[in-house]
Amino acid sequence: MRLPVFDIYAEILKNKSGLSITSDKSYLLESRLAPIAKAWDFASVEAMGTDLQFSSNHKLIEEIVDAMTTNETFFFRDTKPFDIFKNVVMPYMAQAREAQRQLKIWSAAASSGQEPYSLAMILKDAGTPWSGWNLDFLATDISASILEQAKLGRYSQFEVQRGLPIQMLMNHFKQDGDRWNLNDDIKNMIRFDAFNLLDNPSKFGVFDVIFCRNVLIYFDAETKTQVFKKLANQLAPDGFLFLGGAETVLGLTDEFKPYPNQRGLYVRADSVHLKNA
Amino acid sequence: MTTCLIVDDSRVVRKVARRILEDLNFACREAEDGVFACKACEEEMPDMILLDWNMPNMSGIEFLEALRKMPGGDTPKVVFCTTENDMNYIQRAIQAGANEYIMKPFDNEIIVSKLTQIGLIDY
Repeated sequence: MRLPVFDIYAEILKNKSGLSITSDKSYLLESRLAPIAKAWDFASVEAMGTDLQFSSNHKLIEEIVDAMTTNETFFFRDTKPFDIFKNVVMPYMAQAREAQRQLKIWSAAASSGQEPYSLAMILKDAGTPWSGWNLDFLATDISASILEQAKLGRYSQFEVQRGLPIQMLMNHFKQDGDRWNLNDDIKNMIRFDAFNLLDNPSKFGVFDVIFCRNVLIYFDAETKTQVFKKLANQLAPDGFLFLGGAETVLGLTDEFKPYPNQRGLYVRADSVHLKNA
Repeated sequence: MTTCLIVDDSRVVRKVARRILEDLNFACREAEDGVFACKACEEEMPDMILLDWNMPNMSGIEFLEALRKMPGGDTPKVVFCTTENDMNYIQRAIQAGANEYIMKPFDNEIIVSKLTQIGLIDY
């Protein structure tokens, strides 16, 4: 792909989603955008990029952003964050929020739903500690189409075998041919909403726990810093932030500090957790 | 090194599974049905058994029921790996003492995922 055309795509993606793409990833543009170029009757991905210089086809741009920002995920991805949620975050919140009996969780890059549903299954299986609580669970993603898929809670045999323990498949899914449907009691725990992390999330209110994993890795440093600022504003003073294994706050923000000895878990710099440590 | 017994009547499946498991540092032996698997376990009980369901002479579920009655037969982690993907089969396998269940076709990601869940590898 010629560099000027690559730059057109790079600019669109940066402006619309924050996604920072370097020229060594032009193969990714080619592979993900080829089906869109074909569907829109362009001779190639390059031809589509050239055309975008002179038009602002919003529907086409939305499809391009969708294709480039939709990343694969699976149930209980990386395992450890879910263990930490269960063994560190849940026990703390069960005590700290006992008076109001409300817990607000935000899965900020929910993709096809496996992350929020994994957390919902953990909460459901924990049972009694949360009975009578108002569990307000928001799952967002920039892609409205992937969220439609997430809402269905319908997964292939391959998807339910990546990360999902068999006991949870038995307890929370119904088989429908070669597909597996998540039970309504889990699906109904989550509300999905399309949201771009570059926008202002203040309308969602303040959360006790935010999962924002494996998305900041695609942003440049400046965008990361901006997003951290927004996340800090939406996190309760004693709340918890989960980042992906390859993500860090070091050199990017002073808003968050790592929670001692729990990889991927962060708290606000003024958090009570750090004063107690 | 963690030891594994791969029980499947298909030589190709055994070969594919062996390659994945050896890459994960498992020491592998193979058995082509439940009868051979019983003999292999009597000789030396493995840490983990990857188990097909439909095999001649002795099926996977018959082998599992026999294994759990053998001296030391409660220790191996048993992961079914079968084309049987009906919930009734899964429930029967878990009731008989299986620790995990893989529905074929499988790949290395699924095996890694299942072995992580039962604590045999830390990924």
